[in-house]
Order: sequence, then C-alpha cells, then structure tokens
Amino acid sequence: MFTRRDFLKTTAATGAFAVTSGLSMPAIAQNAPVKLGYVSPQTGPLAAFGEADKFVIDSFLATTEAMGLNYEVVVKDSQSNPNRAAEVAKELIVTDEVNLVLVASTPETTNPVATTCEAEEMPCISTVAPWQPWFIGQQGNPGDPSSWKPFDYAYHFFWGLEDVIAVFTNMWAQIETNKQVAGLFPNDGDGNAWGDKTVGFPPVLEKMGYALTDPGRHQNMTDDFSAQINAFKSGQCEIVTGVVIPPDFTTFWNQAKQQGFAPKIASIGKALLFPQTVEALGDAGHNLSSEIWWTPSHPFKSSLTGESSAEIAGKFTKATNRPWTQPIGFAHALFELAVDVMRRAADPTDGGAVAEAIAATRLDTLVGPIAWDGKDLPPFAAKNVAKTPLVGGQWRLKDGGGYDLVITDNKTAPAIPVGGKMEPIA
Amino acid sequence: MNWLDTIVQGVLLGGLYALFAAGLSLVFGIMRLVNLAHGDLIVLAAFVILALVTTLGVSPFVGALMAAPLMFAAGWALQYFLLNRTLGKDILPPLLVTFGLSIVIQNGLLEGFSADSRRVSAGSLESASIALGPVNAGIMPLMTFLSAVAVIVCLNQLIYRTAVGRAFRATSDDPVTAGLMGIRPQRIFALATGLAMVVVTIAALYLGTRANFEPTSGPARLIYAFEAIIIGGLGSLWGTLAGGVILGIAQTVGAAINPEWQILTGHLAFLLVLLFKPRGLFPRAVD
Repeated sequence: MFTRRDFLKTTAATGAFAVTSGLSMPAIAQNAPVKLGYVSPQTGPLAAFGEADKFVIDSFLATTEAMGLNYEVVVKDSQSNPNRAAEVAKELIVTDEVNLVLVASTPETTNPVATTCEAEEMPCISTVAPWQPWFIGQQGNPGDPSSWKPFDYAYHFFWGLEDVIAVFTNMWAQIETNKQVAGLFPNDGDGNAWGDKTVGFPPVLEKMGYALTDPGRHQNMTDDFSAQINAFKSGQCEIVTGVVIPPDFTTFWNQAKQQGFAPKIASIGKALLFPQTVEALGDAGHNLSSEIWWTPSHPFKSSLTGESSAEIAGKFTKATNRPWTQPIGFAHALFELAVDVMRRAADPTDGGAVAEAIAATRLDTLVGPIAWDGKDLPPFAAKNVAKTPLVGGQWRLKDGGGYDLVITDNKTAPAIPVGGKMEPIA
Repeated sequence: MNWLDTIVQGVLLGGLYALFAAGLSLVFGIMRLVNLAHGDLIVLAAFVILALVTTLGVSPFVGALMAAPLMFAAGWALQYFLLNRTLGKDILPPLLVTFGLSIVIQNGLLEGFSADSRRVSAGSLESASIALGPVNAGIMPLMTFLSAVAVIVCLNQLIYRTAVGRAFRATSDDPVTAGLMGIRPQRIFALATGLAMVVVTIAALYLGTRANFEPTSGPARLIYAFEAIIIGGLGSLWGTLAGGVILGIAQTVGAAINPEWQILTGHLAFLLVLLFKPRGLFPRAVD
C-alpha cells in the first residue's frame, strides 16, 4: 500500500537526493556504472520463460567488461505474479535507482512493470508479449480506442496478433482441409485477445473463408474438455487453434484422442513454446505447430558480440546442459538495446534523454532489426511498439527421441529460412 | 448437447476429484486435521513417481507401486515428528504448519526439478478408449474412476472391519479414552497419515498421467478436494466419492452450456450444498 505518508517520504528523500547528487554529478559521472534493472518471472508457473536469464545476464556482464563498459544489472524476480512485478519495479526505481528498466515475458509481467515505469518517468524496454495485450492492456479503458494514449517512457518490441494470425493461416493453406477451425481460447489476457470478435482470430478467419467453432472461454487449469471436443466433433473441425497453457493442452489433446477427435492440424500458441512441454506429450507431440519468434537458424547476429543465433544457442546448451528456448534471443536483444541506447543517450542518468534515445533506435539485433518507426502498426501504437519477425513451424519427433522445431512457413518473414513443409498430423 | 456423454465424462472426472479428496477426508475424519499441503503432497508424489519411472525405466503403475511405501514412510514420519506436535485444542497451529509445509514442498520441488512442466507417460494407454454404448470412455479416466471406487471400498473395509480400523474410530471419537484402553493416539495418527499418503500416491499416478504438472500446481487441486469432501459430508468416504462425482458432473454440464461456466458451476454446486445441507449430503461426524 502506497500511502500519502510514504509518498511524502519518498518524494522528499528522492528530492533531497536529486538536489545533492545533481551538484556532484560531473565528478562521479565518469566512473559511475550504468545501472540496468531487469524484471522477469524466474519462479512460479511462468518460470520457463525466465530460464535463460542467468545465462544471458552472465554473458552480458562478461561481454561489457571485456569491452571496457561499466554496467551493473539488478535482477528482480516477478514470481509470475503481476502485483509482485509492480512492486519490484518500484524497488528498482526508488531503492536501486536504476537508469533503465528491462522487462520480459507475458503481459502479466511486462504490463505492471511498464505502467509503473511510465508513472515514475523511468525509461523501460519490454518484450515477449504480443503488442496488443501490452499496449491496449495498459490503457485506462481498453474498450474505447479513442481514449488510448501513447506512452512517453515505456517501449515494447515483439510481434502482434495480426502476425500470428497470418502465420497460422499461411501454415494451414499448405494442407488440404475442409476449412473448419476449432478455437480453444481461455478466459485470460491472451485468450480474450485471440478470440476477440474485432481484433482477434474470428474476423480474419471469416474473411479468408474459414468457419470457426468457438464454444466459449474456458478457465485455465480445467480438468475436462469433453464439452469443447463434442462441439468440435459436431462442427467437423479439421484444424485446431488457440492459446492455452501447457497442462490444459495436454488434458485436451489426450481427451480428444480418447473421444476420437483427430484434427489434421493443431496450431497452438503458448502451450507449445518450450521443448520440455512438447516432450511431456510423449509421441503425441509430433507435427503440432506453433508460432516461432526465434530459433538458432534465424539469420541474425548479436550487435554486442557479433555471434550468430546458432552460436549463442550452442553456448546456452553448453553452459546449462539444456535445450535452447525461444526467450534466449529476446533476453539477449534486450541487453543489446540497453547498451545501444545508453551509448547514444545524451545523459544516461536522465530518464527523458534515455527515452528519447530509445525512440531513435535503429539496431540489428539477435532477433532482427528493431526500430520504433511504426512500421506495419496502427497509428496509435506506432510510437511505442516495434515489431520483430514471426514465422511458424512444427515439432518433429527425432529418431533418437526428443523433438526438433522445424520452420515450415516463412511467408511473413522470407529472410528466415524454412526447414521443411507442413505435414498433417497422422 | 450430448447429454449422455456429458454425464459419463462428468462421472469419470468425479473419480479424479474423489481420489484427490480421499486422503484428505481420511486424515480429517480421524484427527480433525486440515492438511493445506495435501495438493502439494500429491504433486510431490507425482514427482517421486516421475523420478522412479525415468531412472528405472519402469511403467508408471510399477513406479506408483514402488512410490507407495516411500510415501507411506514419509507420511508416517511427517505426522509422528511434526504434525502430532501441532495437534491440540487450538485448530490454528496445524493450519499454519501445513500452510508452511506447502510452501516448503513447492520450493523444494522447484529447486530439485526446476519449473519445467512435466508428465508421466502411460504410453498408448493415454489415448486409448472403449465404447460404452454410444459414448467413448477413455481407458485412463475409467481406471481413475475405478481406482477411486476401489480405494474407498478398501478404506471402508479397513476402518469398519479390522482392529486397526477400530482403533482409528476410537481415537477419532475420543483420543483420551482410547488412550486409556491402550491405544496410542500418536501412532494411530501417524498410521492414518501414512495411509493417506498411499492414497495420495494413487491420486498422483492419475494426475501425472492425465496432464502436465509443475512444482506449483498443487494448490489448484486442493480446492476440488475440499469441495468434494464438503459436498459429500465430513467423515464419510462414500460421501467423498459422491461429492467428487457431483462436482465433476456439475463441471461438465456447465461446460456443455458454455465453457466459461465450467469451473463456476462446480463451485455453485458446492455453494448450493452448503446453503441447503451445510453438513454435506452424507455427514458422519457429529462435530
């Protein structure tokens, strides 16, 4: 609870500090490290997203040290909890006095942090959440587009719903189906956005000649999907799409098989991001498809180290003995942006100057070129959102066990090479 | 809407909830201890089965068979050395201790097994089903339900037909008098928790093969277990099965109307029972 007294205390303290530190600034500015704050879910249900953080930050600090740059990273764990994320963001700003806040992974983490930063006039770069839930989710009235306002300090880079819709429909076009689509959308931030009648899947699918069977929003951690399966069976659906959490997808997929519902294509967001969750399906994960934001075969290089995607993924596997995951690329890109922004900022300790530098970014990162130039975006989001390329792919069983993620469609980003064609689920 | 299928799936789902609840019901019935760590103990047992299955390469059923004595010992020790110290007139200490235990188990599992979403594979059984007239029932859900019935039959036989069961009931009724008759309540409690852990292991087997689990997925299971027990009536094991089935059917019927209502209708059924029969449908305990 932030009370009036706390407010007076903190403003008085920071005010006094600002006055005194302002006086001595020129003397310490030479050696003072640039302080970066980083918030991500390292524990709790979203922890798989934060798995690569330690590796990314360790190698970032090693790189900057070798380059003679003085950086310090204060890492905070959101514990997969939006309230906690807002709290640690405040700590970073008030207690740790960082110069720039970086935040990653799902709207539940990025939104509270970005909102706090915006309110405290702290520059913030955020990623790994589709831009609609990020931008619209932070607005005072998400239902009224005319009231939406751009932010001055919060910037975001990732793809959007329009990209994932394009990727999924491109993949479906490769296989002969009856164009009957089953929609499995949960009642959460992602599910409501994907299933939305105006910005989500339904209007686009209708335009492209697909018929959507959408029985309605289910709660996460549902133990039974027989109602949805019955609806999909009577709708004769051959394609399944949606954005579900991993345990729910496993429950759904097993029940679908038990009930004799066998679609030709299943393109699912969120549940199929990590190799561990696909492996948890056993052999039933073969040829399931998903959106792909980053793989070791993405033809991009780090602006910090010059290493390719494959090299960094290889290093991760070597350091941790774990398979690569998609968030590695984006966590790395966040720190690339931080260094680039701080290099260009007129005064790294001045929030306004740093925000200005973020807005002017033109950088080729590990996840592709990033610039907040409003390309492919509606006017209201043009200032604060930058898009990264998105492609689609399928999980293929390897001979020796385990899965490979094969890129099967790159129409949305031809620079990224495909590894094969779409195959129907047997 | 396919009514028959909806009801059958609901009954099968109810078996899973009854399995979650049976261990909790047993512990509560005998020592009035509300174990808030019950959900986490199920997840812990699932990880034990997973560890046995992956290291020894045995089938999950053999894994559960091997995990059961381990969990029995763990439950016995847990009760004897920790929870017994919290039992008394005040109902708060056991609640606080089991709440703390829940956090300890979650974070311990997080350290040991990482946050990955895991699953115990049951091979081709997972997708197999048999036709019961016009509806398809999955083999695994069917086995879950039959196991729930078997567990409850066995526990009832144990409680009402054996000397140990008599000691359970006596201790449950009046630990002091039972003590005068030569029963050691502390040991009876430890034995009961050990047994509850065996039931937990069976629940874990079906939880682990049905869907993914993570170190933090325990508490979400606890609420259904509680609801099944309350609907059925405290202290009645058959009531717990009935409670689970009612909860399951309420959920599938709700989902058939609109998936948004699936979880809600389960909770509503629970509230209705609380409203009209606050002691549950088949209450046994007098307090």
